[in-house]
Amino acid sequence: MSGALAIALVAIVAGASCGLAGVFLVLRRLAMMSDAISHAILPGLVAGYFFARGPNLIAAFLGATAAGVLTVFLVETIVRMRRLKEDAAIGLVFPALFAIGVLLVSRYFANVHLDTDAVLYGEIALAPFDTWNVAGRNLGPQSLWVLAGLGLLNAGFLYLFFKELKLSTFDPGLAEILGFRPGLLHYSFMTIIAMTTVGAFSAVGAILAVALIVIPAVTASFWTTRLPVVIVLSIGIGAFAGLLGYGAATAIDVSISGAIATTLGLLVGGSALFAPRTGFVAQALLRRRQRWAFAATALVIHLAHHRGTDAEVEESRLDHLQAELGWSSDEVNRIVRESEEAGWTIREGDRLVLTETGARAAAGRLVADRA
Amino acid sequence: MTWTEVFTDYTLRNVALGSAILGVVSGVLGTFAVLRRQGLAGDALAHAALPGICLAYLATGSKAAPVLMLGAALAGWVGMVILIGFLRRTRVDPGSALAIVLTTFFGFGVVLLTVVQKRPDAGQAGLDKFLFGQAAALVQDQVVLMAGLSVVVLVLIAALFKEFKVFVFDVDYARTLGLPTGRLGALLTALLVIAIVIGLNTVGVVLMSAMLVAPAAAARQWTESLGRMILLAAGFGATAGIFGALWSVSQDHTPTGPAIVLILSLLVVVSLLFGSSRGWVWERVRRHRQSGVGA
Repeated sequence: MSGALAIALVAIVAGASCGLAGVFLVLRRLAMMSDAISHAILPGLVAGYFFARGPNLIAAFLGATAAGVLTVFLVETIVRMRRLKEDAAIGLVFPALFAIGVLLVSRYFANVHLDTDAVLYGEIALAPFDTWNVAGRNLGPQSLWVLAGLGLLNAGFLYLFFKELKLSTFDPGLAEILGFRPGLLHYSFMTIIAMTTVGAFSAVGAILAVALIVIPAVTASFWTTRLPVVIVLSIGIGAFAGLLGYGAATAIDVSISGAIATTLGLLVGGSALFAPRTGFVAQALLRRRQRWAFAATALVIHLAHHRGTDAEVEESRLDHLQAELGWSSDEVNRIVRESEEAGWTIREGDRLVLTETGARAAAGRLVADRA
Repeated sequence: MTWTEVFTDYTLRNVALGSAILGVVSGVLGTFAVLRRQGLAGDALAHAALPGICLAYLATGSKAAPVLMLGAALAGWVGMVILIGFLRRTRVDPGSALAIVLTTFFGFGVVLLTVVQKRPDAGQAGLDKFLFGQAAALVQDQVVLMAGLSVVVLVLIAALFKEFKVFVFDVDYARTLGLPTGRLGALLTALLVIAIVIGLNTVGVVLMSAMLVAPAAAARQWTESLGRMILLAAGFGATAGIFGALWSVSQDHTPTGPAIVLILSLLVVVSLLFGSSRGWVWERVRRHRQSGVGA
């Protein structure tokens, strides 16, 4: 397997696996937990190194995962004491664990290559050098297998516990009443999140691991509200960002991890701006439309109120509307156009006359509001 | 060595003084951040500083602390604006919004670091160190700069204390009083960014979050008054700063940032358990007495 192909594959598989893992994490509003875990695993790595008496992939993985679960446990314990809010608890726990990790590294492993800064950046470009050899055959980069395995683990967990996860995410109270064990499920889920973070972290660095877990799921949720579609989209977006970021990074010769994170940021930023219905632009347009529609409704209610009375002629004159409803003449024109397009009013000289549809709209709106 | 060396030893004095200043400023601003439930915003903004540092260097070619700090502050500010945009204009939850800003800015910063690296003149040496804290390497000029910035921060907080107090506890009420809530929020954020920039240089990007949250969280357990909470938080921050500096200088292989953060964490644990206002242990004792023996 060539180096370039290996890196591209690692990027794609990391994106897909993390994208899948992130869906429920984001839905459960625990995105910053992945950030906390990604930093707090440092002492776990050190412990793994200590117990295995040297660099050992499995010991490091176990130690780091344990540290990740410990982070979750400590944060929840503090929150349950009801003295501090969750954001403060997270902001306390992971720096403390990270500080212990840094201290251990500089005290006992000062001569070992365990650069704490590099832990944050990660270096996916090194992926091809750590290959997995079985019986003399080169099976490709180790991290590729780890990430693919984690993807399968996540998929298996989601497949087995989809119903339980969905229920405990959207209605934790009901889940408990129905006899599901939200605590057990939660810790199983968070253990898998910790494992995914550790796996991604060793391949792509702490920050990119968080980006890959959180951003695809958020991006996907701008485009659909259907959970199965969110899941598929999230996997796709993660993989796509991995590929695109890798391509961009090699084209202009910059950090691959950084380029993938930037790509993800652009994807979610673009979605936040331009997604239909939920995007910023769509929302702004909707608000404007609603403002004019509301004004047109106010207009027909005003006209309906005076219909058949002595004041009708006076009250329905266009120039009177300006004074009565406090609109400028431009606004009156715009609002009259709005109500004419809806077939609510027609113009007769300088007067506005309510159509039958308009009268019904006004009456229906009043009834609806009273109900 | 003896404790008097704090005043005579050049390195020790700079490290202890710098750490104490950071402790005070981050204690004060952390109080507001924790009360506004923005405890993690510090973490996000600290990471968001990286591209600003790189761009400041690329634009000026200078690695002087004030230049890099200005870049870091501007980037942190932009990060906060985007964060608020996500929270106000979309349905994205606060945690996800923080994670998005944090990772995207940091990722872009890493990209820029590799761009800087390719420049023939100097390379990135020092740039990323700026982000990972190097309290032990603080020089007098930096400490003077930190002191100046923190005086500005503290004077502003003191001058606008009443306004900030209303703003933090009841935004709607503040608005009915005719206070410019938008500008007050922006000012608090700007001050927070200054504290973060000071902290980056000293304890580094990862531990900055604890510098903001821990003193305030500990102080909260001892009092119900904002004024006292701020003073206590500043005191805790300064104490941890000084003792952390002493610990790290007196022992080999003990970096300053982690030393400060571990002392702070200890303070938090003690406060959570024994704090006079909300201590967990006292509540247990009370409950035990109320339930009666053998009931």
